[in-house]
Amino acid sequence: MNSGIDVSKIRARGATYVAEARIAQMMKWKGIIAIVAIGNPLFYLVAIGIGIGVLVNENSGTSGTGGVEYITFIAPALLASAALTGALDEAMFPVMEGFKWRKLFYAINSTPINPGQIVLGVFIGAIARVVFTVICYWALLIAFGVVTIGQSWDVIPVTIFAAGAFAAVIMGVTASVKNEDYFMTVLNRMIIMPMFLFSGTFFPLNTMPIFLQPIGWISPLWHATELGRYFSYGYSISGVMLLVHFSYLIVMMVIGFKLANRKFAERLAK
Amino acid sequence: MPEPLISARGLTKKYGDFTAVDTIDFDVDKGESFGLLGPNGAGKSTTMRIIAATSQRSSGTISILGRDPEEHGPQIRAHLGVVPQQDNLDGELTVSENLFIYGRYFGLSKKFIRNKIEELLDFAQLQDKRDAKVEALSGGMKRRLTIARALVSEPDILMLDEPTTGLDPQARHILWDRLFRLKETGVTLVITTHFMDEAEQLCDRLVVMDKGRIMAEGSPLELIKQYSTKEVLEVRFGSDRNKEVAPILREMCSRIEELPDRILMYVEDGEALLEAITAKKLHPTTSLVRRSSLEDVFLRLTGRSLIE
Repeated sequence: MNSGIDVSKIRARGATYVAEARIAQMMKWKGIIAIVAIGNPLFYLVAIGIGIGVLVNENSGTSGTGGVEYITFIAPALLASAALTGALDEAMFPVMEGFKWRKLFYAINSTPINPGQIVLGVFIGAIARVVFTVICYWALLIAFGVVTIGQSWDVIPVTIFAAGAFAAVIMGVTASVKNEDYFMTVLNRMIIMPMFLFSGTFFPLNTMPIFLQPIGWISPLWHATELGRYFSYGYSISGVMLLVHFSYLIVMMVIGFKLANRKFAERLAK
Repeated sequence: MPEPLISARGLTKKYGDFTAVDTIDFDVDKGESFGLLGPNGAGKSTTMRIIAATSQRSSGTISILGRDPEEHGPQIRAHLGVVPQQDNLDGELTVSENLFIYGRYFGLSKKFIRNKIEELLDFAQLQDKRDAKVEALSGGMKRRLTIARALVSEPDILMLDEPTTGLDPQARHILWDRLFRLKETGVTLVITTHFMDEAEQLCDRLVVMDKGRIMAEGSPLELIKQYSTKEVLEVRFGSDRNKEVAPILREMCSRIEELPDRILMYVEDGEALLEAITAKKLHPTTSLVRRSSLEDVFLRLTGRSLIE
């Protein structure tokens, strides 16, 4: 027997081994990840924040955005949407690859690592990507003079947390679907796209007709955006709503993990 | 006598109403090369997954390295090397990265794995491919890498599910040579295959499986002795005449098998029988005398051939 193998150590650290592997895989895409993390906010801030911002500010001043410049208003929302998009990539593709494309999870499952550790490891990998994305974005916001360092740093953990809740749900849902190609199309066109448009990213959600507002209420992006605004520039939210936003994201994270743990165990035991 | 590394009694696996593995018993001893031979769907891979402690049995008992996989999955998996039927390597990573990452799943130190990688690249004859992306490797190379990966943790048992399926003849022979070397170093091998030549080449002892059950057990030679004759005469008369001639041939030896394209006759002396047939003026269009193989054993046991 190989005496160098310590199963109790693997039980404690297994998820970090899976995360190490995920990060090694992401490093193969580091150029693209960096371009997306830096280019995406740069284009949005210039085109929408500054370009459309001129229109907004000239026509209605800051009355529509609660007394702040348009770029200040959309910056935390764009930050949240970049974080959630990064989380989506690193939660959905590895799960498809793990179960279907390359069956990498089956390889991991034949080692002492258990399915729950695979879930946690993939999650940690997704968080690593989100942290990188959020920090790049935040640095650009500071460079653009949209936020200041001292007042806005706490937007970072809050946004990462929201992206984590989203990642957990995506992992659970992706592990549950059988027809991946169909799922991806539906997810992108029917869920991600409306979520981006109706989560109060570009305008306050309450300016929408009431029947459209529920799209925002169920969207993690709206909750992340509201919290991001609160923490980045002192946007006013009632204590109750703060609690609602955090609770919603916590519940999402818990459900996501439960579903992912169950589905991973089921599929790997077949 | 030392305890067997793997011991199964009444092992059964059901998926709903379907019984994939049906009350089978077997033991695998240390240092032995043990085979599960049978056609697709015989229950070989299911049995492998139970031994690999990734799928739980429905009933019966099984002990692997002295432990029950239902309770000690990670402890058992820590000392197994698994080579699945389909390669599940990470195509985007390089050869050495694949080995490194896999070693980490066993909690092995980075230093240990780095040294081990050198050894494994030599073994798998992949030294010059160490920094190549796995996607760019040939099928045979990927197989060898999958085997090398399974060896990174120095397992007590190496499990190979259909190791050479889909490989060309040359790649198969290279692989057999590598596995033979492993066997010589005392690694216990558990192999499933539906190729009789592979089973004959690699297995010290095997069980013949069909429809979830074990039909026979023994060394390839013992099985052939027990269930077949020394030689086999294969004759073809053309598909129309085969039927006509078969009753006459049946009189001439103790056992014949009529296949769609040919008739197999089981005898001790094939040439003598062929002469007797010719003497009766039954001229087969082609004839062949060969040694009995595991294929004949399987045909005898199940009435069907291995590859259908």
